[in-house]
Amino acid sequence: MTPLLVLEQLLNGVQFGVMLFLMAAGLTLVFGIMNLVNFAHGSIYMIGAYLCAYTYGRTGSYILAILAALAGALVIGIAVETIVFRRLYRRDHLDQVLATFGLILFFNESVRLIWGDTALYSSVPPFLAGRVAIFPGMTYPLYRLAIIVVGLAVAVALYLLVMKTRLGMLIRAGASNRTMVGALGVDIALLFTLLFGLGAMLAALSGLLAGPVFSVTAGMGDGVLILAIVVIVIGGIGSIRGAFIAALLIGVVDTMGRVFLRPMLAAFMAKSAADNAGPALASMAIYILMAVVLYFRPQGLFPPRGR
Amino acid sequence: MADTILAAEGVVKRFGGLVATDRLSLDVAEGEVHAVIGPNGAGKTTLVAQIAGELRPDAGIIRFLGEDITRLSAHLRSLKGLARSFQITSVFQEFTALDNVALAVQAHDGHSFHFWRAAHSDPALRAPAQAILARVGLEARADVRASHLAHGEKRALEIAMALATRPRLLLLDEPTAGMGPEDSARMVKLLAQLKGAVTILLIEHDMDAVWALADRITVLVYGRAIATGAPEAIRGNEKVRRAYLGEDDVARPGRG
Amino acid sequence: MRLDAYRIAVAVSFLVLALVPAAAWAADRPFYLDLFTRVMVFAIAALSLDLILGYGGMVSFGHAAYLGLGSYAVGILDHYGIDNGFIQFGAAILVSALTAAFIGAVSLRTSGVSFVMITLAFAQMLYFLFISLNVFGGDDGMSIVRHSDFGGAVPLDNPTILYFAVFAVLAFCFWGSGRLVESRFGMTLRGARSNARRMTAIGFPIFRYRLAAFVISASMCGVAGALLANQLLFVSPAIMHWSRSGEIIIMVIMGGIGSLLGAILGAAAYVMLEHELSALTEHWLVILGPLLILIVLFAKRGLYGLIAREGGAAGG
Repeated sequence: MTPLLVLEQLLNGVQFGVMLFLMAAGLTLVFGIMNLVNFAHGSIYMIGAYLCAYTYGRTGSYILAILAALAGALVIGIAVETIVFRRLYRRDHLDQVLATFGLILFFNESVRLIWGDTALYSSVPPFLAGRVAIFPGMTYPLYRLAIIVVGLAVAVALYLLVMKTRLGMLIRAGASNRTMVGALGVDIALLFTLLFGLGAMLAALSGLLAGPVFSVTAGMGDGVLILAIVVIVIGGIGSIRGAFIAALLIGVVDTMGRVFLRPMLAAFMAKSAADNAGPALASMAIYILMAVVLYFRPQGLFPPRGR
Repeated sequence: MADTILAAEGVVKRFGGLVATDRLSLDVAEGEVHAVIGPNGAGKTTLVAQIAGELRPDAGIIRFLGEDITRLSAHLRSLKGLARSFQITSVFQEFTALDNVALAVQAHDGHSFHFWRAAHSDPALRAPAQAILARVGLEARADVRASHLAHGEKRALEIAMALATRPRLLLLDEPTAGMGPEDSARMVKLLAQLKGAVTILLIEHDMDAVWALADRITVLVYGRAIATGAPEAIRGNEKVRRAYLGEDDVARPGRG
Repeated sequence: MRLDAYRIAVAVSFLVLALVPAAAWAADRPFYLDLFTRVMVFAIAALSLDLILGYGGMVSFGHAAYLGLGSYAVGILDHYGIDNGFIQFGAAILVSALTAAFIGAVSLRTSGVSFVMITLAFAQMLYFLFISLNVFGGDDGMSIVRHSDFGGAVPLDNPTILYFAVFAVLAFCFWGSGRLVESRFGMTLRGARSNARRMTAIGFPIFRYRLAAFVISASMCGVAGALLANQLLFVSPAIMHWSRSGEIIIMVIMGGIGSLLGAILGAAAYVMLEHELSALTEHWLVILGPLLILIVLFAKRGLYGLIAREGGAAGG
């Protein structure tokens, strides 16, 4: 367990964390202002990954692939919003959860129908391949570094959007007091559609970045969705800042747990026992973290004020 | 003087920079109807929430029956005999009127970890509930769903639920809110019947009701009690007149 | 009180279930015995969820976890050579109850959408836990060698006896749930669903009643899991997958939320729909997904709503 290994895993954790943040941001935004639980957010993530991998494979142009993924997600997001979600805003959360569950089944199976059961090959573009030296003696995959940079840039952009623009003012007002936004005479339907599109593009961005790191398969969005849910529950539902901090926390804890728990346990228990307990504990670590946070703060770390 | 049932001493509640309750002291004597009045934004709702146990004061003490209940949870306050009604009607909409009251009776009849016997045919719940419905004039409406009751009837049902907990103190948060003159008069009549039998802390906007019922009145302005006294004293109080400047409620001749 | 139509519907439903084995034998379609055993196992699971969802307003999106815990209780004890049914089913109930007590203690501090998400997350935790347990087959699951043994009195290896054993458990759960929702405990639960703030104001400590209901529900679901293990003689983490939890909710909704018979009808409808659609096409989920959205949008009262327009949980 060298310091360099720890540092590399720490970076992996951050990289995983920013991807979770991209997912969680859309989820928490949509919930915060629209009071809508969108479980189909993971499907958009999957669609983003598929469209990017497919377009890149067919055309060889990474830029085109990114554009296809983002535009596809935007179109599907807006279509789903107008066809299904508009009828759900006034319904209770149970209806929303179930309807979006129906969407997940539909999208997962549609992807299987189109691209088949096996994983779609997804590669890193040449200009992001290889490793770079972060400082003397330590190199790190350029692609993963790029994910961190993109994720942090999006986080900053979102921060500016939420804190400095009129749209952001509405988002903040909406997260703490929904009726007020209506009273301001804003075109709510348009605002919702815009936000939904934004959330969908963030999910697709997360998905297309994830493609070469994980495998591109049907259902790949489900696991990430649940992790994103853990993130926003810990961060405080509706809070972007909470989502960012919780995403990094989850990313690092999960990554470090998977790498280091087993050797740590082996230091003071039999190897065979550690071989079983290590992975088991690692798979539970973030959920235990969630339980501890919620026990002391049922509203999460940064609950939006006024609700 | 009769025993003090409820006493608030130096209660403070802040929301950010806003002081909603400002070193407020107040006491309610056994058997009296004590009204709290004040203009909008005087902090009446915040005061109710603190007495009922939904909000915790930042400073000060609230005593009930001589015991410090400042940190006691809302349901334990109810079990000690502090009953309340809500400003916005709060009943079990899909239950019948009788079921609503029976549930309140059940709350004070030991624990509810009884899994087998049907609550609907339990005379220990139904009989007292019937009697209380009769007391508020709803006996003919016992089997009507609460959601189908008229507004005035729902308000009376709220009083019945509070009574079903055999309270030592009734905390009534604007019982005539949203009522027309007729319903209002009926509610005042109902409360007048309860007067003497139950101690009441009445938060009220409708000054007619206050003059008709109150033994003592406390005037709340910006979270502070600026005056407490008998209705006549309050009517003549210069500070109260000034606080209510522009509102003619106090100036209007009372009917009490 | 209750509409007579309800009693008739209950009688007809159980009569139909009781006649299935004879009909399957007469029609020489033993497969239907298997299908309806599955229907009844999921009916018990749906019933358990309906108790807290329909009557307590708690949308647990993690009930498949208890189905899995019940199954693994049988599987793991069998793995170590313990096939005593009383021990196996006792363990299924105990483990489900203890797990639910822990999950409930955390998740019931919140409500609404947080509760949905937290129950989902904890169920996912158990799913990953069993995937990581290589001793018990990990991802691939484990086979079960012997059926639960109740002193030789109920040989569950006979499909017809297994069928009637599940039938008996379902009937008992249905009857017990019916008593429970009408009892003082049930009224407390329904009151807390209707108006939690009011409940607190009249003196109910609603947290502990909700937690108790959550634990009871999980235990019942654990029993369903133990029965499922006996039917399949196999258990894998797939049974705890979050989509399974979603399916149990769908069963409750399809049947009609907050009516106990609805849970049984919903389970029957879902299992048969699954059977028919999957015979139609391998990609049957493409049909089920939109169908589900349509049900949520337009047929919220479910099958039970077709039988009775009034009554159910809301009436009394």
